[in-house]
Parts: sequence; structure tokens; C-alpha cells
Amino acid sequence: MPQNDLVDDQEGRVTALAAARQAVPAPEEPILELKDVKIHFAVTAGVFKRVVGHVRAVDGIDLQVRRGEVLGLVGESGCGKTTLGKGILQLVNITNGSVTYRGNGETVDLAELDSKALTPFRKRLQIVFQDPYSSLNPAFTIFGSLEDPLKKYGVTTRAERRRVIGDLLEAVNMSRDAMDRYPHEFSGGQRQRIGIARALCVEPELIVCDEAVSALDVSIQAQVLQLLMELKRDKNLTYIFITHDLSVTEYLCDRIAVMYLGKIVELCDAEDLYANALHPYTEALLSAIPVADLDKQTERIVLEGDVPSPVDPPSGCRFHPRCRHARDICRQAEPPLKRYEIDGRDHYAACHLIEREAAD
Amino acid sequence: MTATLPGPGTRTTARPRTRHDRQFDRIRAREEAGTFKAPVQGRFFSKFRSNKLAMIGLVVFSVIVLASICAPLLTTHDPQQINLRAMLQPPSADHWFGTDRTGRDVFARVLYGGQVSILVGLGSALMATIIGVLIGIYTAYVGGWVDALAMRISEILMAFPQIILVLMLVAILGQSLSNLVLIFTLTGWGGIYRMARARMLSLREEDYVQALRAFGLAPALIAYKHILPNALGPIMVNTTLSTAAFILQEAGLSFLGLGVPLSTPTWGNILNVAQDLRVLENNWWLWLPVGIVISLFVLSVNLIGDGLRDATDPSQQG
Ligand code: SF4
Repeated sequence: MPQNDLVDDQEGRVTALAAARQAVPAPEEPILELKDVKIHFAVTAGVFKRVVGHVRAVDGIDLQVRRGEVLGLVGESGCGKTTLGKGILQLVNITNGSVTYRGNGETVDLAELDSKALTPFRKRLQIVFQDPYSSLNPAFTIFGSLEDPLKKYGVTTRAERRRVIGDLLEAVNMSRDAMDRYPHEFSGGQRQRIGIARALCVEPELIVCDEAVSALDVSIQAQVLQLLMELKRDKNLTYIFITHDLSVTEYLCDRIAVMYLGKIVELCDAEDLYANALHPYTEALLSAIPVADLDKQTERIVLEGDVPSPVDPPSGCRFHPRCRHARDICRQAEPPLKRYEIDGRDHYAACHLIEREAAD
Repeated sequence: MTATLPGPGTRTTARPRTRHDRQFDRIRAREEAGTFKAPVQGRFFSKFRSNKLAMIGLVVFSVIVLASICAPLLTTHDPQQINLRAMLQPPSADHWFGTDRTGRDVFARVLYGGQVSILVGLGSALMATIIGVLIGIYTAYVGGWVDALAMRISEILMAFPQIILVLMLVAILGQSLSNLVLIFTLTGWGGIYRMARARMLSLREEDYVQALRAFGLAPALIAYKHILPNALGPIMVNTTLSTAAFILQEAGLSFLGLGVPLSTPTWGNILNVAQDLRVLENNWWLWLPVGIVISLFVLSVNLIGDGLRDATDPSQQG
């Protein structure tokens, strides 16, 4: 694709370029691009560790993360969203596909790098965890836990490290002297803020927030979410926000991807998802959010049964055993993730029913 | 104030305030003032101290260890001094535990023998711990074929009957104190290795470990510096318990004449004479006192180990 600073004065070519750009779905270069990412774990049995099957935790994900956005990754527990988050950071091995990072003029497939080559990119991508109680090492003070990463990324003197960690703690609204205390001395909300400070200590560009507020009380959730949004603005961050709770993502996310059994079933702008959810699974998730407005009260769609095992996912559409619209075709053919347009905005969904309605 | 206290009793009627209410109020006042510190470090010691058996064990252990170390102060006899005019004497004011077949003072031999036996027990346990932990913590953290290899080696060593291994090594290396420690270390590291490995397998899934990995820190740094401190509790317990086991093994091997050379007094070597049925029947002072000392020592170490286990067990809070 030609660079847009090539031409400015020549009318004709500018229009041609604009037309060309319109054909490309994402105008700016995405910071992260996943192509057909699969993460499978072998299931072994017996003394000889015979492989009897694979857990298809993540089973073919295509996704682009735009610089500066908040992308929500939503689904029930067991749908593979956490595994995908860890896969993006290369904390679990990716079985297939590519995770392409673009930034500072570099384009690399993180999945192909060995641990040494990965090091410079480790500081660009960071993660915040769900459980504030296991995310901090109980045997170390906060300074002790954060010191080694800083050392690795070039903060050589102890005094300098203390200054950096102090600044970080202040950035997450904690006092500087918290660094000499142990994790058990903090509340859940404070620990989560320390976890955020830790992720920030290498000045990343993208942070995966894995259920970052789910374990907290509602009032504290709001504080932490607000902190995350302030930090995003100040430091120009991009977030991938993993959660099972659609009521959290509404005010936070620019776009939302809904996952079911290792696949994306719907992907669109956050407002569109809440206003015009297409996929039956998203509808069911949305209907489960408690609504304060009585007039808006809709029928609650109850999902029957549990998420099926990812070792042996259902044939055809993976959602069909629980879908109230399921037909024969759903059991036979897997619906592809297709692009639709609603009010001129892209809306991706994977469902035969929608395909048919759109065709009519 | 009572009304704000939680609990079913407060909802119905105002019940009389008890000692616990006041205690609770105080704790809460401190909590609100921000001066409350959870006594996590203190809990370990207070739990250990309130365990009567463990305290008894600690006292017995200290007495025996101190007596062995201070042997020259407690007896004027030389444990190696042969006195053919005082053979097989029963206990007396001069010879508290009597004398053996070459007239050596048994009390002095028990004291000095304790030095060697405890050294062998503690030394082997420490060596086994160091090796087991060094291997177990790292291989379990990195996993894969490294882990599988370490597991197989430990299984092979554990599957060998120890006595055959000992016979082999004694035949190759000869009898000596350091060889005995080597043998015990070689046969004993497997147990601690397995425990360290099991601990690591659960600890490495913790989020803080994932966070460290996300920074790309070196595996050895993460495993040894950041995770190991969290696995030390149970490892410490295991070291204590294997000390006791090694002392028993030393006694057993020396009794069979395979341990420390007979000229060096150890608890096992002293017992060695009881192989003779006549000694067993007629000269009880040759084997009974030292037998009691060994039993007491092993028992005390086991009691301490149990106390440590209870004190470090997170499932037994309070
Ligand atoms: S494809 Fe069929 S089963 Fe799947 S969500 Fe659509 S209607 Fe339901």
C-alpha cells in the first residue's frame, strides 16, 4: 500500500488513494495481528504418556488489535480467552498461526521467536492478572518483586530502581513506602493496583488485562477501572480486556470480541454489540446482565447445560447444543466468521441464521 | 456498639457483651487506625511453641546435641583409651555406663559417638536436601525432557535396594565417614527431590510466576530466587525427618559393620558389640543406654519435624 505522504498536491492520485484505502478494512496498521491462532494441549494417558486427544483451548482465531484501542475479549469461563491472552504474551506455546506485532518500525511474528529473541518485545506487551492474591509473591516485598524486571531492562542502580518503583506506585495512587511492605499487608484492590504498577514498570505499549477486576468488590472495581482508563490516556496504552462480564466492558471497550469454545463468534464496535447483537450466544449473554431500567427489561435467555468439553467440540456450529435457533445445517457445517455492515460499520458474526437473514 | 457487630445473636436482641466482643472491638479499632499488622511471621513460632510434643522434642534434641558437643567437659575419660584392667565393668560412679570389652568408658563413647552420628545424620540430610532441591526446583520449573530425565534417575536410584548400593560403594570406595555421607546423600536425595518437584509443579502456575515470565527473566532466577522461598517450609520439615532416618541407618549399617570404621566411636559402632549373644544377655550396659539415646534422639527429631509441619501447613490456620 502506498504511503499517504507521497502525494498531496495531485488531486487525481489522492482520490485514487482514498478509494484504495477504503477497501482496506483497518485504515491504520494494527499493533497486533493474530492469524489462525490455535493453542492445543495434548491430553495424555497411561504410563507411556500416550496422546489420547487435544484440548482445543484456542482453535483458529483471527483478530486485529488497533493501536490505542480497548478490545474486549468476552466469554464464559473455559472458552479459551485466558489461554489466548497468555498465548499473545507467549506464556503458553502457540500450536499454529502467527501473532504479529507491529511497532517502532518493526514487524515480527512473536510466535516464531525463541526466548532470547523475544526479550526486547517482552517489554512492549505486559499482563495484569485476575487473582490479586496469587499475583504477588508472598515471600518478597513489593520492591523485591519488581526489582529484577527493572534490572533486566537497564535500570542498573538500586537508588534508581527505588525511584522508578516509587513513581510507579504513585502513578497507581499508592504511597511510595508501600514498596517495602509485603503483599499480605494490602487489600485486594491495593494488590491489583500494585499488579498494574508491575505491568507498567517496563513501559509497555499493550497490556492484556486478564479479568483484572473480576475478583474485586463492585465499588473497588470502579476505582481500578477508572485508574486503568487514566493510565491508558496518560501513557498511550492499548488494552486487551479479557472478561466474562459484559456489564464491565460496555463503558470501557471500543470493540468487543465474543468467544465461544476457542472461536470468535461475534466481533464489532462495543455500541453495536449492545444495540444490535447478532449472534444467539451474544444475545443470551446480554440478556443475563441485570438491567436497572424496568421498561427495558427483556426476556432472559437461559443457556442450558455447560460449555461442552474443548477436547471434543460439537460438530458444525459449536454452539448448537445450547442454541435455541439450531437447525440441521448448524449440526453439519461450521459457520464462518462473516463480515456484515450495520450503519456502515463492520460487524463480524459466525452463524448460519444471520447468513440466511442477510441473504433474504 | 453491639448492634454493629455481625452475628445472628445481635439481630434479635442485645446480648451481653463478652470478652470476645471487646477483643474484636480492639482489633477493629486497630484495623481502622491502620496500625493492624497480620502476625504472619509470628504465627509460625507461636504455633510451634504451643505444640507441647514438639517443644519436648526440641529440649531432648538440644540436650543430646549439647552433651555431644561438650563431651570433653562432661567426662574425663578418653573414648579410645583401652584399659585391660577394667574390662566389662558394670556402671559405677567412675564409669557411668560401665566399660566395654577392652575397658573403654561407654559413657564417653556414647558422648563422642554422638558427635559422629549426628554429623553423619545432619550432614547427609543437608547434602541430600541441597542436591534434591537444586535439581527438583529447576527441572520441575522448566519441565519437558529435563524433568523427565531427572525423574527417571531418581526412580532408578530409589528402586535399588539400598543395602546393595551400600555394599557396592563400600567395596569400591572403602569404609569411611565421608563415604557414608556420600552414600546416604546418593540414596537419600530422591525423596527431597520429589517433594521439591511436587511443590514446584503447583507453585509455577501461580500468577506471580507468570508475571515474571512475562518479563522474560531467566528460568534459574525465577525458580531459585523467586519461587524457592515459598517452597522452603515443607522442605525444612523433610530435612529434619531425614536426619532422623539417616541416624538410624548409620546405626544399622555400623551394627552390620558396614558403616564408619569400627575404631571411630559412633552410636552404631557401640551397638555393634551387641551382636554377641553373651553380651546381649550379660552386659546390658553395653547396648541399652546407647539404644535409649538413639531412640530418644530420633524420636525428638521426629517430634520437631511434626511440629514444623503443623506450623508451616497453611491448611491448618489459627
Ligand atoms: S449457527 Fe445455528 S446453532 Fe450456531 S448460533 Fe447460529 S443458529 Fe445457533
